[in-house]
Amino acid sequence: MKEEIKNSNWKLRKGRIIDAKQMTSAEKWFDIKLEDGGLDHEPGQFVQVELFGIGEAPISICSSPTKRGSFELTVRAAGRLTRAMHALGKGDWLGIRGPFGKPFPVKLMTGNDLLFVAGGLGIAPLRSLINYVMDNRREFGKVDILLGCKTPEDMLFGDEIKKWQKRLDVNFSCTVDRSAPEWKGNVGLITSLIPGVTMNPERTFSVVVGPPIMYKFVIAELLKKNIPERQIILSLERHMKCGMGKCGHCQIDHPKNYYCCKDGPTFTYEEVKAARKL
Amino acid sequence: MNYHILNKDGLDGFIKKLSKKMKVYAPVSKGHGNFAFEEVSSGAQVALKYIPTILPPKKYLMPQREKMLEFDVTGERPVDTAMLEAEEIALFGVHTCDLAGIQCLNMVFSERPRDYNYLLRKEKLFIIGLECNTYCDEHASCALVGNQLPNGGYDLFFTDLGECFIIHVNTQKGEDLLEDMGLPKAFPADMAELTRVREDKKAIFKNEIGVEPKKLPEIFEKAMNSKVWEELGKRCLSCGNCTNVCPTCYCFDMADTVNLDLKTGARSRTWDSCQFSTFAAVAGGEDFRPDRSERQRHRFSRKFKFPLDKFYRFFCTGCGRCTRTCMAKINLKDTLKALAAEQR
Ligand SMILES: Cc1cc2nc3c(=O)[nH]c(=O)nc-3n(C[C@H](O)[C@H](O)[C@H](O)COP(=O)(O)OP(=O)(O)OC[C@H]3O[C@@H](n4cnc5c(N)ncnc54)[C@H](O)[C@@H]3O)c2cc1C
Ligand code: SF4
Ligand code: SF4
Ligand code: FES
Repeated sequence: MKEEIKNSNWKLRKGRIIDAKQMTSAEKWFDIKLEDGGLDHEPGQFVQVELFGIGEAPISICSSPTKRGSFELTVRAAGRLTRAMHALGKGDWLGIRGPFGKPFPVKLMTGNDLLFVAGGLGIAPLRSLINYVMDNRREFGKVDILLGCKTPEDMLFGDEIKKWQKRLDVNFSCTVDRSAPEWKGNVGLITSLIPGVTMNPERTFSVVVGPPIMYKFVIAELLKKNIPERQIILSLERHMKCGMGKCGHCQIDHPKNYYCCKDGPTFTYEEVKAARKL
Repeated sequence: MNYHILNKDGLDGFIKKLSKKMKVYAPVSKGHGNFAFEEVSSGAQVALKYIPTILPPKKYLMPQREKMLEFDVTGERPVDTAMLEAEEIALFGVHTCDLAGIQCLNMVFSERPRDYNYLLRKEKLFIIGLECNTYCDEHASCALVGNQLPNGGYDLFFTDLGECFIIHVNTQKGEDLLEDMGLPKAFPADMAELTRVREDKKAIFKNEIGVEPKKLPEIFEKAMNSKVWEELGKRCLSCGNCTNVCPTCYCFDMADTVNLDLKTGARSRTWDSCQFSTFAAVAGGEDFRPDRSERQRHRFSRKFKFPLDKFYRFFCTGCGRCTRTCMAKINLKDTLKALAAEQR
């Protein structure tokens, strides 16, 4: 016997790509409009993207909720689904579930100074918060953005970054691991930028997003600056198959039994410092 | 309290009548001391004395492969339908450990966001339990986790009193069925006999590992870096048998399949295992649980530690299936004993 489940949490919303752009050889950007209304997300959340017949993958929403009508994703070609996504363009349809996950604690950050630390593709989830802060700049204190990339060619959102660089109400610094002849900026790991930031640690929230290897070193620098553990916010990555706290893939090796999809992906360092791996 | 009586020679008629109403699944002997839940239509097919079946009844609530969505991309815009393919079935002869296993899964899938595939399937299930008056075999540890006695989770529950079964009625659905079959109510003498059986069980079923269950969470708290995991890691083959046969393991994978027309297809859920090497590997090349020892610790923690915080119960029912199936002879009772011994 076969029956339809009307309220299934597995059912997909249909999204249409209204704009797309190849950003680097590995990353492509998409602007997506859902046919049944807005996504209604908060900074730091993610969606499950389905390509019918290929599968599903978790992708962070990289646009701010202050941008209405559509939302944006940045996708690195990493495997089957993400490579297939790179073949899509304007007018193509996707299946979307979500938004999922606990957002960045925006309300707690209000009235405080912010220090953003982004490594590589980590700028994508952070951008949902950075642009939110830019659009509500009055609500926050001093804002510093630190960005680290492998090489200058790997830098994402270059045009937007130029705008951040020009703004007087934001301090922006950038570094690359490996230089290129035309590069005039810093060379070195992202950790090298932190000592140079002046801050009032008690009223600074630092939001860190990057590859797993980055966390340990960046957190050590932030702790040296006396930023309280619960004001260090991270967004973690795990393998995900459901986004609903069921499939088990995203469970973090932590005594508190956290599921990255439901209890995260954003966590304070205080919450997850007992994890075996960040 | 509502109890009915079914004479043993009436079982065949009971199963036959039941199978006219809906499909009936019950333990069936598969030879070599193995049993499996399979469709039956007569009492003779049912194995009344059986050790836990190879696969637990979870296969009826969460099939090994289950279609969750059907999709069609023929038109300009893709269309998908969330669907359930399930029928009304009766499960006959479910032991108390497996009733507990179903209760664990119920908790997981009714947590929000709910999984309606599971929940609707569960509504279509008529469950008839069967008491164990003695141990299945030496691998069971049901008394450790308090599952040697029935704790609900059934419509009807059968206890063998020698000549007859006494049937506990737990739901209206169960009552209606028995009335329909014309089964007589139990007499006080039958009730006294049931009490005696349960009294005897007290002498038979004893804490199998000699460690207070209350102590287990604390033991696991301290066992993060235990040598026991290293030892298991050296032996484990990562075959995933232990999780496949576990009545409370529910981790899954989702995958799309496309039909030959390349336009229609389905999204299905399949069983997955935390013992597989790829389970926690992500795209950047990072693997969050690369060692077998870590994966074994994870499996045991998900039985004896994590669910206590969330669901206030162990997610081990004491069925012993993991021990029976393990090619590396990894033994659940021995592992628990070794962890406890380490902290003495
Ligand atoms: C919360 C979250 C947010 C993310 N945000 C972004 C983003 O904004 N942009 C982006 O490009 N990527 C993001 N990712 C990573 C992205 O989900 C994976 O790159 C993607 O799932 C790989 O799928 P695939 O089918 O292309 O690869 P596959 O062919 O499935 O596999 C390639 C590799 O990816 C691993 N992998 C498979 N599925 C997952 C999964 N669900 N999660 C992680 N790794 C997986 C495999 O183990 C394998 O090593 C995010 C991941 C998470 C958990
Ligand atoms: S059944 Fe045994 S060998 Fe196989 S994964 Fe489980 S513990 Fe390892
Ligand atoms: S862990 Fe082993 S004994 Fe416990 S419920 Fe699962 S299969 Fe049964
Ligand atoms: S993604 Fe399935 S449990 Fe988190």
